[in-house]
Amino acid sequence: MTPDASVLESGAGLSRNGELGDVLVDVKGLKMHFPITEGIVFNKLVGLVKAVDGVDFQIKRGETLGLVGESGCGKTTTGRCILQLERPTEGEIFFEGVDLAKLDQVALREFRRKIQVIFQDPYSSLNPRMKIGEMIDEPMYVHGIEPDARKRQQRVSELLSVCGLNPKMADRYPHEMSGGQRQRVGIARALSLKPEFIICDEPVSALDVSIQAQIINLLEDLRDEYNLTYLFIAHDLSVVRHLCHRVAVMYLGRIVELADCDELYDNPMHPYTRALLSAVPVPDPEVEQGRDIRIVTGEVPSPINPPSGCVFHPRCPIAVENCSREIPALREIKPGHWVACTEV
Amino acid sequence: MASPSDLAVSEMDFDALPERSWVDKMKDTARKKPLGAVSACAVFVMILLAALANVITFYDPVQNAFDSMHVAPGAAHWFGTDQFGRDIFTRIVFGARTALFVGFSASILGSTAGLILGVGSAYFGGRFDLIFQRFMDIFISFPLIIMALSVVSIFGTGTQNVILAITIPLIPRCARVVRSSALAIREIPYVDAARALGFAHIRIIFRHMIPNVMAPYLIMLTAFLGQAILLEASLSYLGLGVQEPTPAWGLMLQGGAEEYAESAPWIPVFPGLAISAAVFAFNLFGDAVRDTLDPRLRSE
Repeated sequence: MTPDASVLESGAGLSRNGELGDVLVDVKGLKMHFPITEGIVFNKLVGLVKAVDGVDFQIKRGETLGLVGESGCGKTTTGRCILQLERPTEGEIFFEGVDLAKLDQVALREFRRKIQVIFQDPYSSLNPRMKIGEMIDEPMYVHGIEPDARKRQQRVSELLSVCGLNPKMADRYPHEMSGGQRQRVGIARALSLKPEFIICDEPVSALDVSIQAQIINLLEDLRDEYNLTYLFIAHDLSVVRHLCHRVAVMYLGRIVELADCDELYDNPMHPYTRALLSAVPVPDPEVEQGRDIRIVTGEVPSPINPPSGCVFHPRCPIAVENCSREIPALREIKPGHWVACTEV
Repeated sequence: MASPSDLAVSEMDFDALPERSWVDKMKDTARKKPLGAVSACAVFVMILLAALANVITFYDPVQNAFDSMHVAPGAAHWFGTDQFGRDIFTRIVFGARTALFVGFSASILGSTAGLILGVGSAYFGGRFDLIFQRFMDIFISFPLIIMALSVVSIFGTGTQNVILAITIPLIPRCARVVRSSALAIREIPYVDAARALGFAHIRIIFRHMIPNVMAPYLIMLTAFLGQAILLEASLSYLGLGVQEPTPAWGLMLQGGAEEYAESAPWIPVFPGLAISAAVFAFNLFGDAVRDTLDPRLRSE
């Protein structure tokens, strides 16, 4: 499929040969703590859920950063903080050099146009009372991207066909479509604002495997065509390897390892990443049998009361005494390969 | 509609089921809910009576006729005449006008205000929601009639004030129910999507949340119709509602009940029957609407 280049003017910065541009997103010391309160009138603070607890990363223009980790490790919350759907407790989120966390709702509107999101669940992310066409048309109308209603309608058709849907589907309601079709609508809606940066929050995990491949390929085509930058949140490691340039591994609200995609998969350093990768099944029974599987024992600790020091130390096979005292910082072990572990 | 081969759509694009005509749908509903169908017909007849009041009656509803007082029901006066010689059938038909006007105005105004306040409260949430709901609690703690009485005593009597008096106590009752639905809607990703797309609060509330809480809204609206008509009759009966000589069922009942219950029972009986029939029909209608719109309460 070749998306029509006239639909979206490509963002500035990236050259066509895939070279990465300047830093687009810069997250510094991001913390999102949700308070747990008791009482009705006077809210007494009884605890904090430390969903995200000090996350730093940068995404260059045109790059796709994968964010992986198990359920509840704070991947989605990180994405929601960048979108400013949650106001972070602490930390800075620079987009094109502007700290989004300090902007008020009015000032944010311009950035909302540039940062878009594709949700995990294609069934609940579309308003059931709106037609597909209205849904894609509305953002363009609100942001004044195309004041003329007929031109907007034309653009809706173009966006639908770019996303692999029949333009006639603009007259349908979401319940008349399949999951994959709905996810394409979600992508078309995100593209309607000509964004520069799209947060893909597990965009394929709710879909059938055969449809997953189609959506991944669509996202890849769109990225190349319109020079999009993605933050790709997922827990499917093979999908991440296929799509991403760099990968960050999260565990309990912190990034434990961050490296180029192939480097991370071929040479994982952090014990958690190693365990995670060894858990990926291999589709060959002989290889599968002979393989060294490092199963991590125990459960993920509660983010309300995380372990002291390195949050992974109670489950870590190589933990030493110091691990329970000192919080390991991300260190650059090799050029571009960052690991938050003192023992590697 | 088949999917064209030039598009990368491998998913099957199945044909939509053929649209059924609304007549078929009505027949189906009537078969499943006979009581609902009967009540809907009764409501329809009432609306028709009120709309065509001038055409189907032969007497003046307000003009006194002292030559025909206390006439028993018969060919000339189907429901008899009252103590001022006015035809009771005429006054009941015209009274339907008052009852429906007050009932519809109050319940539409009350539940619509409740809809907006309830959704707004759920959308903004937090401290605003907390404080706002406590105010609603205060309003709900008064029974409907007491609240309506106090509003009338503040603003005075008259048709408009009666509508206001019935509207105000209905608002928090609708707001509470709508809010609970809206709270669930608030957490659904399409509301997050709307926020991420940079839409204003007003747009999110009116375009993305309110259309999705229409079911509880309509249920409350139809449930309020009967209540509002009863409340109007009660207020008029107490002399705090619609004033003479405007024909209103509660007023007709009050004028006839004490004095003429024995000597001319048709004077209080027919308005009483009218009130009962109307409230019964509207309540059944409300129940049918609720059963249809709220799948959780569906018995099948």
